[in-house]
Amino acid sequence: MKSKIFQLFQLKYLALVVSAFCIAGCSIGGGDKDKSEEPEIMLDMSELDKELFQDIGQVKKIFYSLPSPLETAMMIRSAGAGYNEELLNPVDNAANYTTNKSMALNLGSYTCDLSFVSLYDQTEASVNYMNAAKKMADGLGILDAINDETIQKLEENVNNRDVIMEIISETFMNSSSFLHENDRASVAAIVLVGGWMEGLFLATQMVDPDSIYNNNLVDRIMDQKLSINIVVKLLEESMDNLDVQSVMADVKDIMATFDKVKLTTTPVETSLDQETNVTTLKSKTESNITPDIFRELQEKVKTIRTKYIS
Amino acid sequence: MKRFLYLLIVTSVLALIPLTSNAQCKGFAKKICRLELNPFIHDGNYHAAILTEGEEAELYKTFYSDQDYRLAICGSDNLPEIEFTILDANQNVLYSNKDHDFKRTWDFKLESSQQLKIAVKVPVGGDESEEPMSGCVAIMFGLKIK
Repeated sequence: MKSKIFQLFQLKYLALVVSAFCIAGCSIGGGDKDKSEEPEIMLDMSELDKELFQDIGQVKKIFYSLPSPLETAMMIRSAGAGYNEELLNPVDNAANYTTNKSMALNLGSYTCDLSFVSLYDQTEASVNYMNAAKKMADGLGILDAINDETIQKLEENVNNRDVIMEIISETFMNSSSFLHENDRASVAAIVLVGGWMEGLFLATQMVDPDSIYNNNLVDRIMDQKLSINIVVKLLEESMDNLDVQSVMADVKDIMATFDKVKLTTTPVETSLDQETNVTTLKSKTESNITPDIFRELQEKVKTIRTKYIS
Repeated sequence: MKRFLYLLIVTSVLALIPLTSNAQCKGFAKKICRLELNPFIHDGNYHAAILTEGEEAELYKTFYSDQDYRLAICGSDNLPEIEFTILDANQNVLYSNKDHDFKRTWDFKLESSQQLKIAVKVPVGGDESEEPMSGCVAIMFGLKIK
């Protein structure tokens, strides 16, 4: 009898130890999990040579980095875009988002709009958009990414753009790191796509399709042909998730329009300014975008973004 | 029963190790590496992982013209100095911190937008017979508000 009980305990110990190592192994960095789900070949053949494919087997962790909502908003502003509040996702819509997918997409969208209004010193709107982003983060169970102290700090610094940008950056990082640490990379990816799509919507809506030549904003929009490859790679890492699959279908639809545009670039040369210690990467890029293709892109992005914020 | 409880505690601690490591990595990125970006504003993206000596990571990102960037790549104190290389889409090396005393940061801007690859390596340091060290490596980007 004693021996049987001892054997039973031994089995329990074994099960516990195995379970512990399984949990430990599955959780480490989240990166290993991502890696195991990645296809063997994940890089764009058109841009990377065969030598790289030989290297990739030895690489432990691959990151696909999309422009954050903050970077997207800064890019739109530095391209010379004006402020148009009517284009933004109304904060009242926040109450409509109840699914994980809609909250993730609109956490991205509201963070982009928050960055955008803050860059144009729209103080009241900044607080409203931070509150809307907080609702999304809370709904997704992202603990303390944006808390009451964050809102208070924002209110106290509404006239200090640098501090506001720091607050936005920190809250976005809190959300992103929380999601990655809790094996919710699929949600983190959807948040990024939501912000990216919002930026693409704002930028395309600010351009008249009949005036696309010698336009900085159009150049930045065409640059998204480069980023969309990274969007696809990022989503591919979580294709077992149904929400990611539907977002991927939208992204592929936009990609089909970008595929009609040819981007050509000259080889990159580097130049270091010894005084400032800043390196400039020198090259020239041209695209053969036409008003018709731009109009098609504008319409597709509008349709998808309207679906996301409805 | 005592043995059972002891094993339960041990296994629980083992299960929590990865979560603790992740939390430490977040703290390291936020409290230490982020400071390297100053006076640039962190873009808000989080890229960090636990790497072991001899391991590599890669990051792909499109960088835009009209934007000033600072890249910061930091490893926790127990790791040797982190190597990183920047390559363009044709695999040409644009920058390597090996040629600059393993500096943690690189400031750059672009005349036209480019998709770049950042290759990161944790070199094998010290005695090869020793157990390889693991630690957090963070890759962060700073932007300049204009």
